[in-house]
Amino acid sequence: MKPSGTILSVKNVTKRFGGLVAVSNMSFDVAQHEMVGVIGPNGSGKTTMINMISGAHKPSDGRIALRGRLISDQQPQNIARAGIGRTFQLVRLLPDLTVLENVMAGAVYGHRRRWGRDAEDFAHDVLERVGMDAMSDAPISSLTYIDQKRVELARTLAGEPEVLLLDEWLAGLNPTELETGIELIHALRDEGRTVVLVEHVMDAIRSLCDRCVVMSSGAKIAEGTPEEVLSDKEVVRAYLGDDDA
Amino acid sequence: MKRANWQELIWVVIIVALAAFWPMMVNGYWLGIGVDMMMYIALATSWVLFSGPTHYISLASAAFFGVGGFIVGTGMSDYDASFWSMLALSALVGGVLAALIGLATLRLSGVYFVIFTLGLAEMIRNLVSWVQNNFLGSRGLYVLTDFTDTHLYWMLLATAAAVYVLGWIISRSRLGFALRIIGGDETVARHVGINTAMAKVILFTTTGIFGAIVGAIIAPRWSYIEPNQVFSPQLSFFVVIMALLGGSGRLWGPVVGVIPFLLIWNWVDANFPHQSILVLGLAFLVIVYFLPHGFVGRIEQLRAHLRSRS
Repeated sequence: MKPSGTILSVKNVTKRFGGLVAVSNMSFDVAQHEMVGVIGPNGSGKTTMINMISGAHKPSDGRIALRGRLISDQQPQNIARAGIGRTFQLVRLLPDLTVLENVMAGAVYGHRRRWGRDAEDFAHDVLERVGMDAMSDAPISSLTYIDQKRVELARTLAGEPEVLLLDEWLAGLNPTELETGIELIHALRDEGRTVVLVEHVMDAIRSLCDRCVVMSSGAKIAEGTPEEVLSDKEVVRAYLGDDDA
Repeated sequence: MKRANWQELIWVVIIVALAAFWPMMVNGYWLGIGVDMMMYIALATSWVLFSGPTHYISLASAAFFGVGGFIVGTGMSDYDASFWSMLALSALVGGVLAALIGLATLRLSGVYFVIFTLGLAEMIRNLVSWVQNNFLGSRGLYVLTDFTDTHLYWMLLATAAAVYVLGWIISRSRLGFALRIIGGDETVARHVGINTAMAKVILFTTTGIFGAIVGAIIAPRWSYIEPNQVFSPQLSFFVVIMALLGGSGRLWGPVVGVIPFLLIWNWVDANFPHQSILVLGLAFLVIVYFLPHGFVGRIEQLRAHLRSRS
């Protein structure tokens, strides 16, 4: 599907932790059905940016809006209900709940607030979607790392978010798992989902992203298609240092 | 806490019906133990409503219990109020107090929450003592009613049953599921759209309401009430130990914890009156070393084992 119309807009957003400026004056827009990569060296403020969109952190300055409605002054639960879903850099599942219940957690309180049979059926559908339905009664402790990541993604999808935030979803996977992972995100893209992903895996960025926003030391240094930004002098310098530029 | 099923509710009805005949079957000594048991079953079950799924260990039971007893005492002794109106007022004040404590402690977790609730209960005890000594004239309060132990037993049984049914309803609701998610990971809970603050305050408030109701019902048993007695911190520890001994993962956990604990406690207290507090320590060791999920955990293990063999 072709990107159309801005759905998420980040305007002049800054985050200070005491004296440290983690994100400084960031602005970018995300169009509907678009897959936008947020890339940059370690410590450049990408996760902080994602945390501000999902409401885990409040911006010190600036504004974030979903469909023109200000969300950056809201609590995470309200932002989730408004239609933004996320995964976490280090997978966060609920160990005392089964796989199915973990996914239901997303469906019950999310965007559409399903309950009972409806929530259960929907959770099964979403698990099917990520290829995990056979494990729906399994305890979380029995899952491999990629399977945990898939369940977490299913939980997020179960909330039927309008914008999906994936924070290094492909990190920590072995080469075979990585292939499965990229395929899965490709499928999300084909469904026409709006996704903002923080990623380090260059192959994935090239094949998945419509557009990239490059961050370095908390600020945006480039924006454009993956080919454009990855050949940008400034970007190469940020990743590799002055000598190689 | 796991979602409860219909079968469980049928068991509750049968057990409550049988338990109602206890006063007719036993002498005064055993009726007294029955009253104690019902009191702790009601307190521990209402404690489990909040602390079971969220894993927030509250040591504030004595505060709510004391508020209930004290309101009944003051109202009946100094203002000629009826027992029933004071019971209703206790529930209201207990609920409001719990909601305030809940709002104040929302940002605390783990050991900070435990210490805060203990400190708060002590503060309320001292505050009530101070107000009574300086402004209300009398040091002790007389609660004189026509209630016998049998009446108290039935009222407490009804309260325990009400707590249980409420817990059963909650465990099947969105709110119950939300609490299990909060107990697992509060950050996840917020990011799937749960208003965690609201969920915790609602549940803590119900704990406060029932704590105060139980305190109010038990007040006539003592006839003479003094703040240090009804706000005793020992009660808070008793509630926690009994709930954990039974297992806080199931609504019926406290029932299987309270009964053996009180039987042992009473026997030790009768035979070795100065050593009874040892039971509390030993129970704690047993929980830590042998029953991490209480009797409930062992029973479920056994059940799973039997099922896999058959």
